[in-house]
Amino acid sequence: MSELVKRVEWTPLLFSVGLGCLLLPLFLALPFGNSPMVAGEMIQQAAQGVQGAVVDSVGAANLVTSVVLAYRGLDTLGELAILFAAATGAGMVLQSGSAALHQNTKMHKHIDSEINLGELFDSAATMLTPLLLLVGVYIILHGHLTPGGGFQGGVVVAVALFLPSWARNGGGQLSHKVISRIEGGAGASFIVIGLVALWQGDPFLTPWLAQGELGELFSAGTLPLLYLMVGLKVGAELAALLKYLAIDEQVQS
Amino acid sequence: MTLIALLLVLVMVVAAVTALLSRSHLTAVVSTSLLSLALTLLFVLLKAPDVAMTEGVVGAGLGSLILAMALSRLALNRGED
Repeated sequence: MSELVKRVEWTPLLFSVGLGCLLLPLFLALPFGNSPMVAGEMIQQAAQGVQGAVVDSVGAANLVTSVVLAYRGLDTLGELAILFAAATGAGMVLQSGSAALHQNTKMHKHIDSEINLGELFDSAATMLTPLLLLVGVYIILHGHLTPGGGFQGGVVVAVALFLPSWARNGGGQLSHKVISRIEGGAGASFIVIGLVALWQGDPFLTPWLAQGELGELFSAGTLPLLYLMVGLKVGAELAALLKYLAIDEQVQS
Repeated sequence: MTLIALLLVLVMVVAAVTALLSRSHLTAVVSTSLLSLALTLLFVLLKAPDVAMTEGVVGAGLGSLILAMALSRLALNRGED
């Protein structure tokens, strides 16, 4: 008995129990399964005065999205550019480092090609990947209806794509060519969607497809398309960044 | 509600101080992640789900992952400072 008590790691157990106690009242307060989702009703109420106008001109059920992608669409493009510059810079630094390391290790020939992170991590990654992918795609596609959107969903998708290859062999499976094609295509599509609005005589990035019915999946004009592009771009960028980090790890150990 | 918020803020302060004073880099990374997690819960409590999602995904998730991978790349994850 005392052997068992000694073997139990108390700190993680205490942490988990404490986190559970904190999460429980929060999740009990959430109206799960009730349609429509009322999370974020504070901002909806606060914006009641302008909400009529917002719904009329953009048609997104999630007020935040209509601000982020329609009224402040150019800011979002700037945000994407900043993320692109940061990811490119980090990728350049990491790539040159890993190339040098590669030559070093090739000379010394002590590179361990198989990193075993353990059965537990491997199985967890296999089970979590489809769930994470589903959650990520859901968050991206419902960005104009419920809280979330391309940025958050893109990060989830990137981690989901990266987890299994990391668990197996240090993240070497993601094809860099495919990733950079997806990223470039998504970024270009975002700008093209904005340019079409310009061509139609509206300001840059004005939503231009049919608005549809408020709260439906296919509504709010081009906003879901824009968020899909943001999600693909963010996901591809972060997956590439994680891949570079993981390759370095593999080469070094 | 106020009690939970107070508790969350307390957890955040403790996590921040731990991250500053801890001798082990890994503990510092985990504390930063814990801080982000508590902040996420606080955002949910304050009914800002959009911000909570960003904080949870980027702050508690990806940020900590990148920090941890950087630690392992710099071979700082085993030594005690």
